[in-house]
Amino acid sequence: MNPFAFARADSVASALTAVHRTPHAQFIAGGTNILDLMKDDVEHPPILIDINALPLRAIEQRGDQLFIGALARMSDIAAHPLVQSAFPVISIALEESASPQLRNMASIGGNVLQRTRCPYFRDTATPCNKRNPGSGCGAIGGFNRMQAVLGTSDRCIATHASDVAVAFTALDAVVHIAHGSGTRTVPLTEFYREPGTTPQVENALAPGELIVGLAIPELAYGAHSTYVKARDRAQYEFALASAAVALDVQGGTIRAARIALGGVATVPWRARQAEALLAGAPATRASYERAAEAALHGARGQGQNDFKIPLAKRVVVRALEMVSA
Amino acid sequence: MKGPQATAVTLTINAVPRTLTIEPRVTLLDAIRDYAGLTGTKKGCDQGTCGACTVMVNGRRIDSCLTLAMMHESDAITTIEGIARGETLQPVQAAFIEHDGFQCGFCTPGQIVSAVAMLAEGHALSEDTVRTQMSGNICRCGCYPHIVDAILEAGKPA
Repeated sequence: MNPFAFARADSVASALTAVHRTPHAQFIAGGTNILDLMKDDVEHPPILIDINALPLRAIEQRGDQLFIGALARMSDIAAHPLVQSAFPVISIALEESASPQLRNMASIGGNVLQRTRCPYFRDTATPCNKRNPGSGCGAIGGFNRMQAVLGTSDRCIATHASDVAVAFTALDAVVHIAHGSGTRTVPLTEFYREPGTTPQVENALAPGELIVGLAIPELAYGAHSTYVKARDRAQYEFALASAAVALDVQGGTIRAARIALGGVATVPWRARQAEALLAGAPATRASYERAAEAALHGARGQGQNDFKIPLAKRVVVRALEMVSA
Repeated sequence: MKGPQATAVTLTINAVPRTLTIEPRVTLLDAIRDYAGLTGTKKGCDQGTCGACTVMVNGRRIDSCLTLAMMHESDAITTIEGIARGETLQPVQAAFIEHDGFQCGFCTPGQIVSAVAMLAEGHALSEDTVRTQMSGNICRCGCYPHIVDAILEAGKPA
């Protein structure tokens, strides 16, 4: 790694002050993503500000919302009784992510901000519009088996790597952000930015802002939720295709559904058309297959990743069958 | 690798405080191996993929290659050298020998530290859970069947 300076913050205010002091300064929490990228020279901040002492680890009910502090670790959230009972989809998505060691390290704020695993983004010898705007995209026409089929542009087809962000997206989670003059909130579905002509812009976070937590609004049928992840290995691998679903079934009829896809899109992908098709439909495989078709509407393969389109449909159907069983 | 920004950091490794003069960019793994001289912890991939660098921080297993030494001044760090009690092997260590849970041995310190932490996490033990919960430790010799047997034996109620 290149040399850099290091500072510790003990409050949100002091962290924001410190990050404003030096251009390109970055926060470090778990470190599992930023240090990896610094070793590869993809990131080279002049200073890292350690925010681990900030009081942002709570996992608690706040009114009708479940609030998860930005520094709560993946393993703590996955094991938390409130999460397991109200939103099993969150626990499952976390347990299906990374390794036990990494889940003990990685913060949830860092998880939702994690960078793509696209090999061209991580290899500074190759072009990448996300890492080096205007340099081109190595993945388009290159090795693209792991790349996205939804939300892509002619500048970038990199897949968003987080599993739990897919669950959060299905659950209408809201990001709580601190900045120099207060706090603001952004729904996660509006937080992420598809690449378009500016793949280097990945989310709504402005320089110097800090995620302090995520809030998940009450969902009466949240207990009927799950996460299905298809991947090359049984554990410790990124998704080829995944689905976070929640389903409200009464007397054989679907009253409401939530569906989001992972592993196939440039951002955690909410499938609202599929949800609308399911509302009022019978809870049958035929309904789930129609919803899966709608969820992948507009998907475009790049050759090596064409298989993700039928795979993602099957993952959606399986997830819906699991929660309605 | 000392540079202009090197500062004194006190790390408590296996209950022994050690003051090391290191730069911010020194990972916990490099501090343990190259500055504290405890070379039992191995550097495999150096990118959080293989688990050879697994240590415990305050009882929780982590990959020491993806964290900075400076972030652990007030933590209790346990490496493979701190697992046994004197000459008495920790049950996981004894079970790895009994079941021949290694070939080349490079991944073994990480496997053992990870397994000790995993057993303390309190999972219901089965071959499936051991394989799932040990997925962060790769063995390139492919000794998985023996590793699983060793951990299952070490985890049996006494």
